[in-house]
Amino acid sequence: MTACTSQDVSRRNLLKAGGALFLSFSLMRPYDLLAQGVESAAGPVKVPGLPGDLAKEPMLDAWIRIAAEGGITVFTGKAELGQGIKTALIQVAAEQLDVDPSLIRLVTADTHGTPNEGFTAGSHSMQESGTAIMHAAAQVREILIGLAAARLGLPADGLRTGEGAVLAGETRLPYGALVSGHELHVQAQPHSRLKDPSTHRVIGRDLPRVDIPAKLMGAAAYVHDLRLPGMLHARIVRPPSDAARLIALEAGAVERMPGAVRVVRDGLFLAVVAEREFQAVVAGRALAAGARWNNPTTLPPQPEIFAHLEALRADEHVILDRQESAGPGVRTLEAAYRRHYQLHGSIGPSCAVAWLQDGTMTVWTHSQGVYPLRAALAEMLGMPPEQVRCIHTEGAGCYGHNGADDVAADAALVARALPGRPIRVQWMREDEHLWEPYGPAMLTRMRAALDAEGRIVDWAYTVRSNTHLTRPPGAGQLLPARHLAQPFPPPEPKPIPQPEGGGDRNAIPLYALPRARVVHHFVPEMPLRVSALRSLGAYMNVFSIESFLDELAAAANTDPVAFRLKHMEDRRAREVIMTAAERFGWPGDRQREGRGSGFAFARYKNLGAYAAIACEVEVERETGRVRLVRAVAAVDAGQVVSPDGIRNQIEGGILQSASWTLYEQATFAENQITSRDWSTYPILRFASVPERVEVHLVERPGEPFLGTGEAAQGPTAAALANAVAYAVGIRLREVPFTQTRVKAALGV
Amino acid sequence: MIRISVNGYEHTVDADPATPLLYVLRDHLALNGAKFGCGLGQCGACTVLVDGKAAFSCLTPISVLPGRRITTLEGLGTPEEPGQVQKAFIAEQAAQCGYCIPGMIMRAHALLQARPDPSEAEIRAAMDPQLCRCGTHMRILAAIRRAAREGAVPSYVGTIEGTRP
Repeated sequence: MTACTSQDVSRRNLLKAGGALFLSFSLMRPYDLLAQGVESAAGPVKVPGLPGDLAKEPMLDAWIRIAAEGGITVFTGKAELGQGIKTALIQVAAEQLDVDPSLIRLVTADTHGTPNEGFTAGSHSMQESGTAIMHAAAQVREILIGLAAARLGLPADGLRTGEGAVLAGETRLPYGALVSGHELHVQAQPHSRLKDPSTHRVIGRDLPRVDIPAKLMGAAAYVHDLRLPGMLHARIVRPPSDAARLIALEAGAVERMPGAVRVVRDGLFLAVVAEREFQAVVAGRALAAGARWNNPTTLPPQPEIFAHLEALRADEHVILDRQESAGPGVRTLEAAYRRHYQLHGSIGPSCAVAWLQDGTMTVWTHSQGVYPLRAALAEMLGMPPEQVRCIHTEGAGCYGHNGADDVAADAALVARALPGRPIRVQWMREDEHLWEPYGPAMLTRMRAALDAEGRIVDWAYTVRSNTHLTRPPGAGQLLPARHLAQPFPPPEPKPIPQPEGGGDRNAIPLYALPRARVVHHFVPEMPLRVSALRSLGAYMNVFSIESFLDELAAAANTDPVAFRLKHMEDRRAREVIMTAAERFGWPGDRQREGRGSGFAFARYKNLGAYAAIACEVEVERETGRVRLVRAVAAVDAGQVVSPDGIRNQIEGGILQSASWTLYEQATFAENQITSRDWSTYPILRFASVPERVEVHLVERPGEPFLGTGEAAQGPTAAALANAVAYAVGIRLREVPFTQTRVKAALGV
Repeated sequence: MIRISVNGYEHTVDADPATPLLYVLRDHLALNGAKFGCGLGQCGACTVLVDGKAAFSCLTPISVLPGRRITTLEGLGTPEEPGQVQKAFIAEQAAQCGYCIPGMIMRAHALLQARPDPSEAEIRAAMDPQLCRCGTHMRILAAIRRAAREGAVPSYVGTIEGTRP
């Protein structure tokens, strides 16, 4: 694996390179200082008015450096999660700098090397990092033109750039020859001379993903593939539940097993370390067999989970109270919807490597937030944050807050016990299934009234949910830190405020509703550990709102697409709705037995990408099996950087959301989770994959980037429910649509 | 000590005979292609070829492997010279996080060796043991169809340059 050393080596090379800008860049600033600001929970010191995350990190050379020999390095605080962000950021930089994308080296999230951009989450990366890099690159290009103008004694207006150089007639001044000192160590300006979108040559074109070849050829591409000199392997033995207490532990024989190096125990945190990985697995099993636990019943019975959540104390947040004039309602509808706990379910269980060396703890991690993780690890370990370094190294897709941070903490705890030895911890399948924080179970209720013209005049909506955010920076948010002899208790959960929202994300419909009240019932107490799962509450809120919209459309005897357009004033929303309907051939084939079409729309967070999805399903009455036959999506993501990257995200979102919606719910009984592998928590398999999925992009050149990573989750769920209603006349209001539920609804 | 043949090379491995092949590939031979996913044969991330047939390396103890021919992702091609199925996956950009893809490629390779011109239903049935969580299925299917269109998939019986760990 090169990730551990290549950055250091290349940094050294850069430092050695005479005249490199890098020399002017103090390694002490700005990240460590900034990070401390972040970790004090106040957030970084913002410079208002600067585009994207330039507001968090305003110095241009924090983002872009040019070495004397011409090498261009771009820095982002965001991480590659398989969403293709590296490629898109390189495209943005290459376009504005006028260089070939292959000449740009991109360094991603590292607490000792990149800006602090918080988490790679919320479909924010293009808006925050993409915008920052776009403007930084444009401003660097302007500086380079200015330097060339001064050197040539020519007006800057007459100079052009191309192929990594400033051009003046026949004269070509390579970028590397123009920078000799501190030229880029300047603060960004609020405005940039961006390229005219009509001249884009890299943005908006498909550049093959830079990370794919290594992944397909067996190169070291993941933290799982990291092999350091003298590295040991560890496995963690967890309690059977969070409430369990250790009665007895027989560990002596385990330490005498082949290859076993050490049993590490700190309170309820148990780990075994071995020379070889499989020796660690075997010793881990033996240690688990030697542990006796008292495991009290603490979980509510699963069939009563929604009643249980209803009974828990909730804080009420009114997030919309609109009272505009409208006629009286003549017909009122009510409905309630439910969503069970669901897993991130990464295919590769979480993994990390930690190494305590010369007083510094270095952790290679697939965490979504290296800076917040560093704060949490530093607190847990009692170390100064600057002596903890977190380097993002890819893992399997995470889709939110999975076990990444927790396994990093596991590795760090074991590494602390064995200074000088790199420690690799990989969770086993059941570790991931049992201990990752789930997407919360949720309930929504709504009531709406239609006027005589079939228009919605009253809208009342409540969403009841736990938090969707239990990520670091607190040590108490790291799973193993709760199990230590001196435990770090989890902090009091808090809701994420609007306009982004957490459980109430997308709870406010984008439709024109004259009288509307939306309330978020935030339930602090968590029966099961939960956190951010791709799209957070938007999945459930869009499922609920867009399902109910179809119920209202039926009551108004109006076509569902026409009903949406009747209530939608946003021009861009209307265009994606109409595009999806047209490309699908809405309403599709209405004649086939057991087949039906469904439609849904949302603008993610009411701030991100617009997505409309039409789908066709087939329902098998005898078995209750719902099959997604085909789906057509239309998406407006603002300025498109990587069209195929967006298509890939939306296609994937549709299939993943279909899997959640048709199959997935975490199960539990008495005192433990019972979803422990893929047989007890089934997900989409090839036999059920749709026949066709199409994604159509509505181009908006020059408009701000709108994140797309989570845009498909909610609309897919509702489109499926609406298609089932169309196909067989039943309204499914509880996710997932298991065969048992479908058969019950059909009366089979 | 157990002797196994991987990508045409003989290796003498000092490991307990019960050790699953996956751990020997990754930990002893430093081959990254096969991935740990579940250890239960439920996800296919660890899929390799044993005598040309797809096998879960997480469930196959090395004790049963002497005398048999093991092919891993690394045996199909290199970054400089990707194999036919790998090329097709790149052409279709058939990956998101990519963690499941090596297993997909191995099973697709086994399918195309057995059935050079599979029907859509045969492809889907053959790929059913493999899980993808990113939802890249449509592209994976397209990549397999593309690889099939490119003609017969080589069987790689001999030593392949550049695959020695």
